[in-house]
Amino acid sequence: MRNLLIFLAGAAALIALPHFLSFSQQEILVFLTINVLLVSSYRLLTLTGEWSLGHVVIMGVGAYASALFTKELGIFVPVSILLGGITAALLAVLLSFPLFRMKGFYFLIGSFAAGEIIRLLWKRFRDPFGGPKGIKGIDPMPDFSIGIYDFDFFEPVSYYYLSGAVVVVCLWILWRIERSPVGLTFHAVHWQDKLAEASGVNLRAYRTLAFAIASGFAGISGALLAHYVGTINPNSFDVEVMVFVLTWAIVGGTGTFYGPILGCIVLTVINEIVLRELGFEQMRPLIYGAIMILSILFMPKGLESVVQKLISRRATDGATGQEAKT
Amino acid sequence: MLDLLAQTGLNAVYAASYISLIAVGLVLIFGVMGVVNFAHGELYMAGAYAVVLLYTDFQIPFFLAVAVGMMFVGCLGLAMERALFRPLRDNPLGGLVASIGFLMILQSLAVMGFGVRMEHIPPVTQHVIEFSERVRLPLSRLFVIVAAVVLLSALWIFLKKTRFGWALRAAAQDPEAAALQGISINQTARIAMFIGAGLAGIAGAMTAPLVSVNPHMGHSVIVTAFIVIIVGGVGSLEGAIVASVAYAFVHTFVTTFFDGVIADITGLSLMLLVLIVKPTGLFGSADRA
Repeated sequence: MRNLLIFLAGAAALIALPHFLSFSQQEILVFLTINVLLVSSYRLLTLTGEWSLGHVVIMGVGAYASALFTKELGIFVPVSILLGGITAALLAVLLSFPLFRMKGFYFLIGSFAAGEIIRLLWKRFRDPFGGPKGIKGIDPMPDFSIGIYDFDFFEPVSYYYLSGAVVVVCLWILWRIERSPVGLTFHAVHWQDKLAEASGVNLRAYRTLAFAIASGFAGISGALLAHYVGTINPNSFDVEVMVFVLTWAIVGGTGTFYGPILGCIVLTVINEIVLRELGFEQMRPLIYGAIMILSILFMPKGLESVVQKLISRRATDGATGQEAKT
Repeated sequence: MLDLLAQTGLNAVYAASYISLIAVGLVLIFGVMGVVNFAHGELYMAGAYAVVLLYTDFQIPFFLAVAVGMMFVGCLGLAMERALFRPLRDNPLGGLVASIGFLMILQSLAVMGFGVRMEHIPPVTQHVIEFSERVRLPLSRLFVIVAAVVLLSALWIFLKKTRFGWALRAAAQDPEAAALQGISINQTARIAMFIGAGLAGIAGAMTAPLVSVNPHMGHSVIVTAFIVIIVGGVGSLEGAIVASVAYAFVHTFVTTFFDGVIADITGLSLMLLVLIVKPTGLFGSADRA
């Protein structure tokens, strides 16, 4: 009952949220929902112990695929978003053959190389990828009305509701996957790979599965982005974006499901809203870099460790209070 | 045709020299400290901007400006070692994140100090060595080649013949055992960082009049350096030099006969191929991962 109330209150707050923000902040909110999905899908991959530098390019694969499906084949936009995710997942399965011959640092660099090759192919081949200028005029979501609310998807608020709903569903799926026997096996692949293998777990297959699922959700987030901004080019998915994803995950901490999401939200709010409002436009990268350094130096386990400390302190406070009563 | 081949070969030698300066520094830092220094491209940029400031703005003689620039970037490296990499020694991902943060700081300092536009640096010398009518080598490119050969030979002698070099290689091989033998890990890390950063700085300073100097120039350089150190085998100086030469030749020839993007794709594909066939690189040993 109490959980249901908290859930309803949270949902109401999320629905009301954009109406308190300025237009540019509403736009940031849309990107934030997309990035939350991106960083959460990234965490699923890190569960198996592999850190990729190609995740943002995989997101771009979803974006390009969905854009081309609607443009060239005239597929209905919501369907093509899903197809974008599937394309990204299938490509990940293909990439897994060369990439999973490597581990650790070599996988990191190998995934970077693979991603960069894909990105350069977009840049090189004007047909169908549009070359360095990318694809313009991507079909937006068709508008519709549900009686009490007219969805006009050029408005950030409407798109926020759409992307928010999609992201919540995707996060729920990711959460269920992590809690399922498959998710537990991912943990085993990371922490007890020898034991898992001895127990008959096919390590390579589970790594590939995690990579494909993570890439599929990254592809969906890319497709959501493409149909919102309407234009994508190879530079939208370059290594600088990847660096942001990596820092969200590390600053937030990857030990828990909410860690990367927390990192993404906190860093985005600091970077896009607080620093902008304070008028540090030109110094933003400098302050952002300093925050990254300070947080890794003084909070190496991520923001989630702070949250965990707060929760456990409250729990012990509660326990001592109980003892005092009895 | 022969002229074209010879000219492209000369261009490749020039590219190989500055790439190897950067890659060897990166390998040295990785080998001794075990961190991937993402800010290495920005150290290169800092070297180039030192020349912009000293040579273009203050009219100091070019080679003095280069020397000061190298010392300055070396000291930046020392600062990074002390402030970032030493506290994060047991946290490889942490070192990576910290170096990315440092990269952003350096980059935005360059933007604030000099603006995002390309800097114009007056040429050091207009002199061109002409081998034949269509095969020519500008003297300033020759300077870069000579600097690379001299510095890398000096580094070689330092590492193989002196006690410091010995200690450095020991610390790279097994930090714990080296520490037990009385080698100061902090000391070796400082030396490696100073040399590694200084090499990147001098590469930036020497090539500043020849390339477009802007705050984002480090990006393509770091990608190239990563390819080179992977192909050569992470932690292997010889491998880095051999791979620099190989990469420079492949890249320059493909650029000349096809185009730049195809050349990038070729380079990356070759690296992926090396990783698939021999994941430790050409000269890497299996136990260093």
